[in-house]
Amino acid sequence: MKYLLLIYSAAGADVADQCVFDDWVAYDRALKDAGVWVSGHALSDLTTATTVQVGADGARSVTDGPFAETREVLGGYDIIDVPDLDAALEWAARCPGSRGGGAVVVRPVAEF
Amino acid sequence: MGERRTTASVGASVEALFREEHGRLLASLARRFGDLDLAEEVASEAVEAALRHWPVDGVPTRPGAWLLTTARRRAVDRLRRDRTYATRLALLQVEADRAGRSGADDDPELPDERLELFFTCAHPALPADARAALTLRYLAGLSTTEVARAFLVPVATMAQRLVRTKRKIIQARIPLRVPGAGELPHRLPGVLQVIYSIFTEGYAASSGPQVQRRDLAEEAIRLARILRRLLPAEREIAGLLGLMLLVHARRDARTGPDGGIRMLDEQDRSRWDRAMITEGRDLVLVALTGGPPGPYGVQAAIAALHDEAPDLDGTDWPQIVALYDVLVTLTPSPVVALNRAVAVAMRDGPHAGLVLLDALAGDPRLHGHHPFPAARAELLSRLGRHADAAAAYREALDLVGTEPERTYLRQRLRAVESRSCVD
Repeated sequence: MKYLLLIYSAAGADVADQCVFDDWVAYDRALKDAGVWVSGHALSDLTTATTVQVGADGARSVTDGPFAETREVLGGYDIIDVPDLDAALEWAARCPGSRGGGAVVVRPVAEF
Repeated sequence: MGERRTTASVGASVEALFREEHGRLLASLARRFGDLDLAEEVASEAVEAALRHWPVDGVPTRPGAWLLTTARRRAVDRLRRDRTYATRLALLQVEADRAGRSGADDDPELPDERLELFFTCAHPALPADARAALTLRYLAGLSTTEVARAFLVPVATMAQRLVRTKRKIIQARIPLRVPGAGELPHRLPGVLQVIYSIFTEGYAASSGPQVQRRDLAEEAIRLARILRRLLPAEREIAGLLGLMLLVHARRDARTGPDGGIRMLDEQDRSRWDRAMITEGRDLVLVALTGGPPGPYGVQAAIAALHDEAPDLDGTDWPQIVALYDVLVTLTPSPVVALNRAVAVAMRDGPHAGLVLLDALAGDPRLHGHHPFPAARAELLSRLGRHADAAAAYREALDLVGTEPERTYLRQRLRAVESRSCVD
């Protein structure tokens, strides 16, 4: 079963600041060595984000942001394929992003 | 099915038996088919079948195995009929074969897989308010209506809560498994917390007309007994069971003939259940020996000291304070600190207790917690500060949920008010 791990960092802090870069490299390697990694990326800074909305009339609205109004900022994600939620939670707990005020939100990928 | 015994009053015994077997049946089915929904449906169908057949044919010699076999056949039938389930059945067969057992045979052994179900129902990924409900529904075998009544919510609300929770278990694939040795120390407290919350809900209902609902407290004790049989080496389970027995032993003395609440100092101690106290005390010994004590073991030891005392003055307060000192280090919480302050007041006098209580006053976690102003009121009243005591009783009255507790606080308020008029 596939799970999306959404890696949030505390607003204002850079993901790279919170943990040693080597921790991320080690985590990535562990995911791949275990054969559970499907895909994943770190995201660029939130200041580079752009929001697109299309209204009922088809009018497109493009705005800068959103900026960090919430306490935590999405800094990256991984999709993993593991047998059950306990295994996914275990990987989330091993993620460097779950430490130092950060959080990892685990979402099962819907199966149709 | 072999030899059968026939009973005149099969109906009643079937009901009692099913309640006992329900958790075991459900755990076994859920594990075998990996589908809690399906497990629940075929478990009910098996019971319906039993209620139809047993009064006519007699109760089978191994009723649990009969129920499991019947439910399993129904599940397999259903899976065969349902096309979307067909592939899953094939998968299950493959998995079962790989695990070295056949998925659809008439296994004569009835495995006890309730421990797995305990951990699933108390899984930290589930909403806290649903864990106790789920445990009562699946492990204690209560109906949705009974669970709703237990938590004083409408049946529809409870049904929806259970459905939502079950959906999360299935869709997020929360497994039916016992955590490994490394995880157990983190996961077991969650299971114990669920059982204890059922007990405290039964003991002092958070709202409503009754101060104690014994059936709920007894369900919690029953669940702890099952858990203790399943994990006999875990001393905190002994601690929890001991604590609940030692508190429940006072149930008959806790309310007066008028239904009003009786505090520890007003209880007729001859009405305490001695047999239950003895059993609880033996469990305290188990909980406190052979390693560092856990929070339930320590709380059970405190309850045992109360149960052994002839009266309030004859209570070993220095020992109780010492145990609270341990408890504060194990589970630092303002509520524990509050109870410790009350014990210190008994040992060293109301002023010493009040100093400790006032130091806790700023803690936001105590806001809205009625025992805090109630305890302050009690100590102020003992110090003769009746007007301050009355104000604190009024504060507690604004926060308290159950009617008997409200009545009790009103009585105390009237008493200090009359004295403050005389002052």
